[in-house]
Amino acid sequence: MDIQTLTYLFVGGSFALYIGIAIWSRAGSTKDFYVAGGGVSPIANGAATAADWMSAASFISMAGIIAYSGYDASVYLMGWTGGYVLLAMLLAPYLRKFGKFTVPDFIGDRYYSNVARTVAVICVIFVSFTYVAGQMRGTGIVFARFLEVNVNTGVVIGMAIVFFYAVLGGMKGITYTQVAQYCVLIFAFLVPAVFLSIMMTGHVLPQTGFGGTVLDVAGGDSGVYLLHKLDQVVTDLGFTEYTEGSKSTIDVFFIAAALMCGTAGLPHVIVRFFTVPRVKDARISAGWALFFIALLYTSAPAVGAFARLNLIDTVNETQYTELPEWFYNWENSGLIGWVDKNGDGAVQMRAGAPFEGKPTYAGSREETKGSYGERVLTNAPTDNASEVYIDRDIIVLANPEIGNLPAWVIALVAAGGVAAALSTAAGLLLVISSAISHDLLKKTLMPGINEKQELLAARGAAVVAIVIAGYFGINPPGFVAQVVAFAFGLAAASFFPVILMGIFYKRMNKEGAIAGMLVGLIFTFSYIVFFKFVSPELNNAEHWLLGVSPEGIGTFGMILNFAVAFAVSRVTAPPPEHIQHIVEDIRIPRGAGEASAH
Amino acid sequence: MKEENARAYWAANLRLILTYLAVWFAVSYGCGILLVDELNQIQFFGFKLGFWFAQQGAIYVFLVLIVMYAHSMNKLDRKFDVHED
Repeated sequence: MDIQTLTYLFVGGSFALYIGIAIWSRAGSTKDFYVAGGGVSPIANGAATAADWMSAASFISMAGIIAYSGYDASVYLMGWTGGYVLLAMLLAPYLRKFGKFTVPDFIGDRYYSNVARTVAVICVIFVSFTYVAGQMRGTGIVFARFLEVNVNTGVVIGMAIVFFYAVLGGMKGITYTQVAQYCVLIFAFLVPAVFLSIMMTGHVLPQTGFGGTVLDVAGGDSGVYLLHKLDQVVTDLGFTEYTEGSKSTIDVFFIAAALMCGTAGLPHVIVRFFTVPRVKDARISAGWALFFIALLYTSAPAVGAFARLNLIDTVNETQYTELPEWFYNWENSGLIGWVDKNGDGAVQMRAGAPFEGKPTYAGSREETKGSYGERVLTNAPTDNASEVYIDRDIIVLANPEIGNLPAWVIALVAAGGVAAALSTAAGLLLVISSAISHDLLKKTLMPGINEKQELLAARGAAVVAIVIAGYFGINPPGFVAQVVAFAFGLAAASFFPVILMGIFYKRMNKEGAIAGMLVGLIFTFSYIVFFKFVSPELNNAEHWLLGVSPEGIGTFGMILNFAVAFAVSRVTAPPPEHIQHIVEDIRIPRGAGEASAH
Repeated sequence: MKEENARAYWAANLRLILTYLAVWFAVSYGCGILLVDELNQIQFFGFKLGFWFAQQGAIYVFLVLIVMYAHSMNKLDRKFDVHED
C-alpha cells in the first residue's frame, strides 16, 4: 500500500475510534458535561491531561526548536513540565476539594464577588481563544501535508470531529477521547524516535541514546559521544555550540518561571483535576500526567539532537542533484529553500539566515528551474555563506523519511499530529463554553435557569466557540503564532497568584484579588503588545525591562500581582467569616465526596 | 481540639511543600540554569552534567517529587485523621 492510502487508513481509523467513544460517553447532566461526573480514575485523568496539554506545537514543533537551538530550548522542557509540581502541591488538591466546575467559579466564590468572577471569565476566554486558533490551524496543516487536501478543508474536517464529541459528550466525551488520543500521539512520537535512536547510536531508548556514542558507517561503535560530535560539527560550521546557551541567564530564568506558573494557571489544565473522585487522586493524577508528558518531553531533546546531526550529515556539502527524495518533496511544500551562492552546485549549511524571510518561489519547479533543477527563490539573499533554509517544523514530520523508515510510520505520524491538535482544541473549547454557560449565564446574568437549560446553553456555547475557532483557523490573524506563547505569561500574571493566595492566604480579600489580577494582566499585556506590535524594532535586550524579554515578562507581572494584592488587602477589610471557613475547609481532604455532590 | 489538629496538619503540609519546592528549585533553576556552566565542566556519561539536568534530569526529579509528595500526604492525612473514606 502506498503512503497516501495508509495515511487515510490511520487517520480515518483514529477518527472512527474518537466518534465511537463520543457516542458511548454522552453527557446527561451539567456535572457530566463540566467535570465528567467527577468519577474519572487518576490514571485516565493523567493520560487525558497529557493529551489536553500537549498541543500540535509540542508534537510537531518542539523537537525542531530543540534541534535548532540546543541548550536554549531547555527552558521549554523544564518550564512546561515543572508547572506540574506546582499543580500537584499548590493548586490541584485544594481546587478538587472545593468541588466546583470551573476556575472562575472558584475565584468568584472565594472572593465573594461577581466582578472577580467576570474578570476571570474574560481572562479564560482570552487565553483559551488565542490558544485554540493555533490548534485548528495545526490540524489543517497536518491534513494538507499528508492527505493533500486544502488547509481550509482540513480545518473544517477537524471542526466537524471536535463538534461531534465536545458538543455531545462535554467533559465526559472529551476525557475518554483524550485518553485514546494520548495513546495515538505518544505511539506516533516514540516509534520514529526509537528507530532513529537505534539507527544512530544502537540504543533502544532515545533517552540513553542521547548520551551514547554514535555508530560508524559499518555499524560499529565509533567511540565518540553523540553530543560531543554534534558540538564539534555545529561549531565547525559557525553555529553556537549545541550544549551551550546564547540567552542571558536572567532572561532564561524569567521565561522558565513564566512557563511553569503559566502551566499551573492554565484553566483547561486545572479543570481536568476537577474530574477525579478524591483529593488524594488529584495529587497522584498530576504525577500520572507528568509521567505521560515526560515520555514525550524526555524523548524530544534526543530526537532534536539525532535529527540535527543526521540532517547535517545528509545535506551539508552534498550536490543538490544527489540529495534524497524528501529534500525535493519539502522544497515543493515551501518548507525548504536553497540558493547556490558560491555556484558549486553543493548545499552549504552555515550559521545565519540564507536569505530574508521564508522561501517564496518565482514559479513552479517546471516553469522556473534553476541550473541544478532547484526551485528558484525570489527572496533577497544575505551576504553570509549559508545557503539553505530548512523549516523547524519539518524535523518531526520528515524524520521518518529522513531516517528511511517504513511507510506506515509516516502515516502514524500524521495521525499523531492530528490527535495532538484535536485533543488540545477540545479541552480549550470546553473551558470556553463552561465559562460562558456556567459562570456568565448561570452564576451572573440568569441565575434562574434550570439544569436542562444550562446544559443546552453549554452545548450552544460550545457550538459557537467551535465556529469562531474554525474561523480563526481558516483566517489566522497574523499574530496567532506570536501570541500563543504569551497565553502562559498572561495565565501566570493573572490566575496563578489569585488562586494560590485564595488557598494559602486566608486574609486575602476581594479588593486585593481584583486589583492584583488587573495590574498583573494589564502590565503583562501592555509589555507584550508594546514590544511585539507597537514597536517591534525596539524588541531587543537593550530596551527590555531588566533584560527580560516579552516571553518572560509574565513572571514580572506575577510578582506585581502578588505585591499589589498583598498591599491592597492590608488596607481594606478582611474577608467575611464564612469565606475564612471555606478556606479552612478546602485545606482538609475529608469531605470531598460530599462537597462535589451538591 | 479539632481546630488545633487542622492547624497542625496544615503546618506539616506547608513544611513538606517547602522542602519539596526547594528541591524543585534546585534542580531546575539551580542546576539547569544558574549553575549550568559550572556543572557543564563535569561529564556524566555522554552528557555535560548541566545540560543533562536542563534537558533530562530536572524532568525526572519533578516526577519523583510529585510521587513522593502524594505518598507523604497520604500518610499525613491518616496521621491527622483527615483522610477520605
